[in-house]
Amino acid sequence: MKKIIIIFLYLILFPVATSNQEDPEGVRQFFLKVFENNLPGVAVSDYVNGAMIRSADALEQFESIMDFPPFQGDIELGKAIWETPLPSGATYADCLPNRGVNIAGHYPIFDEQSKKLISFEMLINDCLEKNGGVAYSFDDRKTMGALTAYARKLSDGMSMDIKVESEGALQKFEAGRAFYFKRIGQHNLACASCHLTHGGKYFRDELISPAIGQPVHFPVFRAGERLYTLHMRYQRCMEAVGAVPFAAGSEELNSLEYFHSYLSNGLPLRASVYRR
Amino acid sequence: MFSFRINRKAILAYLVVSLSTRAIAGNVDDGRALAYDYEKGNCLACHAAPTDELAVTRANIGPPFVNVRQRFPERGLLFEQIWDARRSNPNTIMPPFGAHKILSTTEINLIVDYLLSL
Ligand code: HEC
Ligand code: HEC
Repeated sequence: MKKIIIIFLYLILFPVATSNQEDPEGVRQFFLKVFENNLPGVAVSDYVNGAMIRSADALEQFESIMDFPPFQGDIELGKAIWETPLPSGATYADCLPNRGVNIAGHYPIFDEQSKKLISFEMLINDCLEKNGGVAYSFDDRKTMGALTAYARKLSDGMSMDIKVESEGALQKFEAGRAFYFKRIGQHNLACASCHLTHGGKYFRDELISPAIGQPVHFPVFRAGERLYTLHMRYQRCMEAVGAVPFAAGSEELNSLEYFHSYLSNGLPLRASVYRR
Repeated sequence: MFSFRINRKAILAYLVVSLSTRAIAGNVDDGRALAYDYEKGNCLACHAAPTDELAVTRANIGPPFVNVRQRFPERGLLFEQIWDARRSNPNTIMPPFGAHKILSTTEINLIVDYLLSL
């Protein structure tokens, strides 16, 4: 019992190393300051290039791959799903706000009614169910993956614009932030250990991308062919540190995405890109 | 009889020396393999080993493995650092290899042999 009390006190007195800033904008500024230090001379708008930030060669190669993406077939598959009428006869465009154009940068959104986060993927499943379909699995590459590889592109160019405007929303943001700084898995590492503290450094031969600029370009196609939604990428990093990943679409990963996406506010979306 | 005793000593001495140097060379190679292995130490994810030609990495997260002998005159402290780096730096990002059972005592000792050879 005494031990438990001591551990409890310890947790209160020494929470995981974080910024002391409580408000979301303060947290974002704190991240920016760390990267300004770790990536001197790199413009914030270049953070979207992730692991390629420091390599003109890699960037050139990236753009030439993007001219004729080997994963174009997946995007076409997504377009076909997007255009196929749902059982009710309506299409996704009929069902989504603004016909699905320039909206992805607002999600996840905190829904004041249900007190839950709604991700872009949940919005799509909601359409599907309201129109007589059956919700897709959040980690199914052939349905949700391909569909969002197309549907998110309809928001290319808009700025990430995540709002945290109520007490309930702040709680979700804080849950995501706590997750980001919590050490997990056999390797005892937090997302922040790598993507904040060591963003811009080399992990073996890979530059670790800074947290800011990551969520704007999902899904990604690793090695040019294997599709990863943002949640699937989170799962990969969790597995890599020896942790049991949360399910794609889970409340935990939604909160993580909410916090993580807020950090990229103001950066332009560009979905479905090549990654190594 | 006398000569046999000398011979025996010589042979024993030879055996001890050759076996132990061979054993240490073997330890260094085994330790190196463990340090490189993605599934084991994967030390090269964070550390460079500039004097080891076989080490291929651009890592710059932890300090490079140089002058390890001078940095760690006491083998025990080097072992400790790998067993649980949190003891010297509670905020370290270096995984607690021993404490979290990523590597066994034997494996850490082999890695220590490798590091001390650098
Ligand atoms: C041991 C270091 C390490 C930890 C801990 C870690 N990552 Fe990663 N992560 C990497 C590396 C290396 C890559 C691949 C290179 C890159 O794009 O940054 C990567 C890639 C990513 C990407 C893809 C970036 C892109 O543009 O394609 C995301 C998103 C990501 N990590 C999120 C996370 C989250 C969330 C956590 C915590 C649950 C986490 N990572 C924990 C090392 C780590
Ligand atoms: C995820 C990153 C990471 C990995 C993997 C890692 N280290 Fe480290 N290591 C560090 C950091 C960072 C330091 C700097 C001191 C600190 O913060 O604890 C360090 C410090 C050390 C030191 C002390 C260096 C000195 O001169 O004081 C030794 C020795 C060491 N590591 C050995 C190893 C070995 C052996 C392995 C593999 C079995 C390993 N490390 C794996 C990050 C790592």
